[in-house]
Amino acid sequence: MNIEIRDVSWLQVLHEITLSVRSGEVAGLVGPNGSGKTSLLRCVYRSTRPDGGRITVGGMDVWQAPAREVARTVAVLAQDTPADLNNSVEQIVGLGRIPYLGALGRLSAAERTLIADTIERLELGPLRRRPYATLSGGERQRVQLARALVQEPKVLILDEPTNHLDLRHQVDVLRLARSIGVTVLVTLHDLQLAAAACDRLAVLSEGRVVAEGPAVEVVTHDLLRRVYHVEAHVTPGPDDLPRIFLPV
Amino acid sequence: MSRVSEPSSPSAPPRERTAAPARSGRLGFAGLILLLGAVLLVSLVVAVGLGPVSIPAGDVARMLGHRLAPWLVSEAPAGPQSVIVLDIRFPRVLLGAVVGAGLAAVGAVLQGVLRNPLADPYIIGASSGASLGAVLVILAGVSPFGPLSLPLSAFAGAMAAFGFVLGISRRGGQLAPTRLILAGVAVAALTEAVTSYIVLTTPDKEVRTALFWTLGGLSGTQWRDVGVPAVIVLSATAWFVTRATLLNALVLGDEGATGLGVEVDRLRLRLITASALVIGTVVAVSGGIGFVALMVPHAVRLAARADNRHLVPLSALTGALLLVWVDVGARMLNQPDEIPIGVITAVLGSPFFLFLLIRADR
Repeated sequence: MNIEIRDVSWLQVLHEITLSVRSGEVAGLVGPNGSGKTSLLRCVYRSTRPDGGRITVGGMDVWQAPAREVARTVAVLAQDTPADLNNSVEQIVGLGRIPYLGALGRLSAAERTLIADTIERLELGPLRRRPYATLSGGERQRVQLARALVQEPKVLILDEPTNHLDLRHQVDVLRLARSIGVTVLVTLHDLQLAAAACDRLAVLSEGRVVAEGPAVEVVTHDLLRRVYHVEAHVTPGPDDLPRIFLPV
Repeated sequence: MSRVSEPSSPSAPPRERTAAPARSGRLGFAGLILLLGAVLLVSLVVAVGLGPVSIPAGDVARMLGHRLAPWLVSEAPAGPQSVIVLDIRFPRVLLGAVVGAGLAAVGAVLQGVLRNPLADPYIIGASSGASLGAVLVILAGVSPFGPLSLPLSAFAGAMAAFGFVLGISRRGGQLAPTRLILAGVAVAALTEAVTSYIVLTTPDKEVRTALFWTLGGLSGTQWRDVGVPAVIVLSATAWFVTRATLLNALVLGDEGATGLGVEVDRLRLRLITASALVIGTVVAVSGGIGFVALMVPHAVRLAARADNRHLVPLSALTGALLLVWVDVGARMLNQPDEIPIGVITAVLGSPFFLFLLIRADR
């Protein structure tokens, strides 16, 4: 399902942003701190209402459609999810069905199976009774991803999913997100990681899209100087993806 | 501050079958509800018999049966005992159950909606606001809305105080729990100080009535006091249960819950408004009964590790049960005088509160 962002503005943070993400594509949103990446994501998943513009997901205007309807289409891994929850892994994953539940919150047999299967699929089986608070950072991200999958979304939004994760778990989370086969919009700080994980990158700077396209076209010496104010050496690697050498 | 909500119970037997949010203990949720409901019914009958004049539970049951279903129980003891049971004790015991249920259900909801295990209507200022509203109306001696003046003013006080606390605690559209607790403690201290000052500077005649609000109690309850609180508490609790699934989403934080299609601000505002309505009504008929709202949901969590769908109704039943028996203590322990209920719940509640704090530090 495609995402169409048209002329979206919000306060002094986002300025008439227009961006398209094609169905099934993994699109990366990169840019310096405070460039508006998280704010733009929030506009898409119906958390921050933009002052102007329009956002559609598969033709559905997310700010016109009911919140539940949007949550059945768009699943989110937000930044700063509370970590100190005593709920079990199984309970947290089960929360993904909330957009589908009636007033009494009863899960159908099919939904129970979906939850159990997703837990197995993300290799969380042995952890399913464990309190969420006792998990490692990588395990928590996997649980949140399982919860998002249980939502059966067509679009997955990931806000800094690799924060606080070591190298292996960064790769794990992004690989999992790619393997699901839905449209993904992800913010990442690590440009090299973003280049490897995303089909296309959009660079945000001071609330505007300043570059857009395949990583090799976007991540350049000139862009790093213009947007990040860093003089870095950029060369194509053996996989044709950009390699960044920082002048530290 | 670390959280203490929903403690895990490593000793609980593993259940293989359910993939859904965990069931409550061995009995299951339905079993617990039935058990607590049955114990509550028996307690109501037994508690009506207890007091300065002791009346056997069998007689109480027959009197109640005769009143409720005369075609079933054709004969019952009459005379002064019947007046004590039917007109004095029974409304009081019933109101105790209603007040306990309301306080505990609201406690469970507030702890969830504010994502703070130490939230209760006192700590967030709602109860002290209600007391101030009630005291002002009592001492002014006015009743612009007839018999509804008292609950309405208590309700207005609860809403005003809590609305103020809520307004202060929100930052950039997000609720900051630490600020909420700090603001709530400050507002509660202020309203309590104003209440105390008003009570102390009032002529003797009204002082006792006014003091009632700050200490809490059920003596003098009449049948007409029971109806409105019962309807409000029952309907609010039922509505809370239908919101419990959304409340569960809030453990993921505001952003996480929003991502699950929960309109967090609206949900929070509605639940808090309903809570303030319940608190206002309950305080208006029972005064300031503390700690029930804090204690009961935590006790239920310790015993049953329930999600909010289970936590709210289980807390309501447990709160009803607790208050019925605390009220028995209030009229039995210091005969012929009564101990204010708020004193007993505080004596029970303070150590429990400290226990929670110590536990949170581990």
